[in-house]
Amino acid sequence: MNKSIVGSDPGPKEIMERRFGIFGGRYVPETLIRALDELEIAYAEAMTDPKFGNELDDLLRDFVGRPSPLYRARRLELEAGWGPIYLKREDLNHTGAHKINNTIGQALLARRMGKARIIAETGAGQHGVATATACALFDMECVVYMGEEDVERQALNVYRMQLLGAEVRPVGSGTKTLKDATNEAIRDWVTNVETTHYIIGSVVGPAPFPRIVRDFQAVIGKEARAQILEVEKRLPSAVIACVGGGSNAMGTFHAFVEDADVALIGVEAAGEGLSSGHHSASLAAGAPGILHGSLSYLLQDEDGQVAPAHSVSAGLDYPGVGPEHSYLKATGRARYVSVDDQSALEAFHRLSRLEGIIPALETAHAVAYLLNDGRQELADGPALLCLSGRGDKDVAHVARIEGRGSIL
Amino acid sequence: MDQTEPAGGGSAVGSDLSIAHAFRARRDRGQATLIPYVCAGHPTRDASLELLVGAADAGADVLELGIPFSDPLADGPTIQRATFEALEGGMTVRGALDLLREFRAARRTPVVLFSYLNPIHRFGVDHFVTAAREAGAQGLLVTDLPAGADPSLESRLAREGLDLIRLLAPTTSADRVPEIAQGASGFLYYISRTGVTGAREALRESLAEEIGKLRSLVDLPIAVGFGISSPEQAALVAGVSDGVVVGSALLDTVDRSGVEAGVRFLASLREAMDRERS
Repeated sequence: MNKSIVGSDPGPKEIMERRFGIFGGRYVPETLIRALDELEIAYAEAMTDPKFGNELDDLLRDFVGRPSPLYRARRLELEAGWGPIYLKREDLNHTGAHKINNTIGQALLARRMGKARIIAETGAGQHGVATATACALFDMECVVYMGEEDVERQALNVYRMQLLGAEVRPVGSGTKTLKDATNEAIRDWVTNVETTHYIIGSVVGPAPFPRIVRDFQAVIGKEARAQILEVEKRLPSAVIACVGGGSNAMGTFHAFVEDADVALIGVEAAGEGLSSGHHSASLAAGAPGILHGSLSYLLQDEDGQVAPAHSVSAGLDYPGVGPEHSYLKATGRARYVSVDDQSALEAFHRLSRLEGIIPALETAHAVAYLLNDGRQELADGPALLCLSGRGDKDVAHVARIEGRGSIL
Repeated sequence: MDQTEPAGGGSAVGSDLSIAHAFRARRDRGQATLIPYVCAGHPTRDASLELLVGAADAGADVLELGIPFSDPLADGPTIQRATFEALEGGMTVRGALDLLREFRAARRTPVVLFSYLNPIHRFGVDHFVTAAREAGAQGLLVTDLPAGADPSLESRLAREGLDLIRLLAPTTSADRVPEIAQGASGFLYYISRTGVTGAREALRESLAEEIGKLRSLVDLPIAVGFGISSPEQAALVAGVSDGVVVGSALLDTVDRSGVEAGVRFLASLREAMDRERS
């Protein structure tokens, strides 16, 4: 990175749109502006470089295992009383979730920018594992920030990251979850910005991150759209995905945004219920605010202090949401609903028994919506659900919640 | 440094109560301004008021009053801790403004309100600017609102005679500096190193060179902060800039030894800075 005040011109300004309607933007300390400018330029160049695209495609095919299958869940259809229901199997990706689509892309970008040190935040640990995996692949130093509470409830993923050569730094400040891990990752980035790339794990953060992450995740919807057209000869009537920060949802929705007849449904975590105050439903129950570099819906109190989020799933336990989701809500293009801890846990069991697929607890929220409300709320026609991750990481946590004691 | 009165220079009570005047007064004596940071509500509400008054009496020229925020992502451990303590003690935006009003009744030292954007956004930007001015603020610094991030919001903040204090970082590109200075008044705050707030042993060796470069680009006075922790460092920074911001080292002292010790620490900085220049 060029030095500073005595440095050279960073290039043209605002080479890509930094907002989605009024949402998004770059609300960050001045120290990061140059890095965001450089990232914007590097990303714009990479996107028009066929070599970058080819290398990414090769890795997605050979290393991640793409395209992921589109699977028709017939027993789930019987249970739900309607269908057809198609599951986009992101759980079958290498490392077990959609997160790797983004980390491979951003690691390639970091290498292109000459940055050999990578930092990331993680909630459930899936993004941390996916980042550690990409760093092992590209021989990069990797530091993952994780809230102490999440280190506790996702112990398996902590060890996976360590196996992959990453350093996991527990974060004990604030609520000790994803929000605070993100604060700490940003603090690291502000300090080490000249040598370090921050692989943010969702469609959140300052521009250009929400766009970059969405674009790397858009492969989900792009594949699924072609796959469902091939088998059904029509588009789905509804596309459903869980929303924490919202990267699997944005990646799935993106290919369908222009298809006005396709309902886009985002499922947030209602935790112990929206009225309990213990939930993570930023879009349903928050108000526009500024956290982690962008303007978006945010759980906050009357004084503008960020309110602690709650969800049984660490990956949804976040008080903010990606700015493009706020935009899709504001324009009415997408609809956001919420599912509580209990329903998500039930869906976790039901999908496991019905289809032989143990879903991530995050994903189980979307499954619960489809099972419980799909028939009443969605139009006839095929439904597409992004099965964003597998539930192996949650098995010990669920067993503990259900009183089976510690099994690990 | 030749400089015309910056646009929007705040002067709430009398003509002498402005940030520009505070810098000019020191410059005329060949000295640098001392700018302590106090977190509203830390260690307690009353103690933070005592600290403000004590700081003013110990020779502070401008005071930064921090409004605590739940997610202080530009701050290191010291200010994070102070922030969380203040919030647990019930400090709010309104509470910080009340504190300022009480301070203003007691002392005339200019005050810069130091905040993250969300509490201001939630309070209502226009409403906040009016309330801040009424409470006796002369300036406003919003950590996570870099120049150009939200032009319409920035222009709303800069109204009504509040100086909008802008940050410059070692990573700021030279061609961005004039853009930052254009919307700024009062002074420019140069972050002396990449990183979060916090006391440090060593300052960057290139600091003098960096300030020199900045002076060739802008007319506003330049204060330096982040990491200044001793009288020796303060004197060094005073020798190459127009102002010295001290935050974490002051809070550390207050946490360790109380408000009076904090005030004595500021007096020791003041003395070292003035010795350097005289």
